Amino acid sequence: MSEFKALDGTGAVAEAMRQINPDVVAAYPITPQTAIVQTFSEFVADGLVDTEFITVESEHSAMSACVGASAAGARVMTATSSAGLAFMWEILYVAASNRLPIVMTNVNRALSAPINIHCDHSDSMGARDAGWIHLFCENAQEAYDTVIQAVRIAEHPDVLLPVMVLFDGFITSHAEERVEIFDDAKVKAFVGEYKPKHSLLDLDHPVTYGPLDFTDYYFEHKRQQVEAMRHAQKVILDVADEFAKTFGRKYGLFETYRLDDAEVAIVVSSSTAGTARAAVDKLRAQGAKVGLLKPRVFRPFPAQEMVAALQHLKAVGVMDRAISFGSMSNAGPLFLELAAAMKIYDAGVPMADFVFGLGGRDIVPSQIEGVFRSLLQIAETGRVSELVSYVGVRE
Amino acid sequence: MAKGWKDLPIGGMILEAGNSAQYNTGAWRAFRPVRDASRCTNCMFCWVFCPDSSIRVKDEKMVGFDLLHCKGCGICANVCPVKCIEMHDEAEFGGSMEMVDEPGRAGGAK
Repeated sequence: MSEFKALDGTGAVAEAMRQINPDVVAAYPITPQTAIVQTFSEFVADGLVDTEFITVESEHSAMSACVGASAAGARVMTATSSAGLAFMWEILYVAASNRLPIVMTNVNRALSAPINIHCDHSDSMGARDAGWIHLFCENAQEAYDTVIQAVRIAEHPDVLLPVMVLFDGFITSHAEERVEIFDDAKVKAFVGEYKPKHSLLDLDHPVTYGPLDFTDYYFEHKRQQVEAMRHAQKVILDVADEFAKTFGRKYGLFETYRLDDAEVAIVVSSSTAGTARAAVDKLRAQGAKVGLLKPRVFRPFPAQEMVAALQHLKAVGVMDRAISFGSMSNAGPLFLELAAAMKIYDAGVPMADFVFGLGGRDIVPSQIEGVFRSLLQIAETGRVSELVSYVGVRE
Repeated sequence: MAKGWKDLPIGGMILEAGNSAQYNTGAWRAFRPVRDASRCTNCMFCWVFCPDSSIRVKDEKMVGFDLLHCKGCGICANVCPVKCIEMHDEAEFGGSMEMVDEPGRAGGAK
């Protein structure tokens, strides 16, 4: 039987990790992720899990220990945020390139400087080309559900890629919510036992991970990673289907809200999607045909599927919680990628980018209503006067 | 012929012990050593100095180069006291990895 508990995002993820009972967790504390591994370390100390918990001196070491343990055939998990993710940088690529199915929660937090511990998406967006699967979550329940699914996605033989589970620092990580915690045995059965094909500890079948790979083979191994990413989309959907059958909640590549008959829509991920849903309802009550698309899977980017869901619109606004400095119009990464997809697949819909919430700056329903009003104006005139604007910044 | 991405173990994993013998490091080579056998005195300087053990010797005679592993460093040509080894641009050979033991003659010692 499921139980309903009052948990914040970190507590929900720690519960999922307790139920998954990974072989190894190597982690270093960093706000706002700390509560995940702190809570989990209590489970270790209390004997509720069999996990080998490795306390390390840095995030670079945390991910390195995860790489070693995963290559040894262990089911491995960790968590980080912001500068911690940045410090893992080199080893993020090693994990993905060595095809190690590590599951890591990254609680999205701004990068220094100036130093800031609050939410934006600069950290994981910076790591978007490292070869990890990126799954964004709106709330604590989604974080819990997604961590459970992430294990299955990462370890699928057609994928074997590490997965980042992402949600908003403090907003989701530290706000208490009603979270459904499934029966331990059901989660255990769902994630199953990890049976690695190649393990460093399998002495009868010795294997080398991560050897020198020069001009003659490196390119082929990168091409293999592309293939794994291609397979990942189907595996993500298959795992979501099985999750829905087992636990009742449905997940896809993204979620739409009042989008089918909308004329304009906002594309925004994570906790802000919840705020946007309230703005949609308010404007719908006033007769405005507005809708929402909440991306869940950012890597692999579901370009064609998103275009198919958005191409009937008269204007699309992307809300980015990060800036790709120096890119086209200094836009955000989500906008840049979606705008490219909309052009490539001939959607012909005017688009604009709305950068918001950097360093944890609040975003409130009235501001999202303002974004919708800008989009309704674009729909009416067919003209985009400002390609990128900044919601909530003081001039 | 090196394997394509569909036939290689993922992530560069090595699944077989001792398989470095199958790794043709000669594929990196930019310059190929070519020997004029008529002037060679079989002094074995090249055999001593070759860092990749790529000098073929049979019955105390230098018989050619292991071009599958020779990286083309040119040390053999440099140390040869009678200068009977010359380094040639790999492009002259059309990118082939054939065994050559003297100018113009393909198919040397295995």
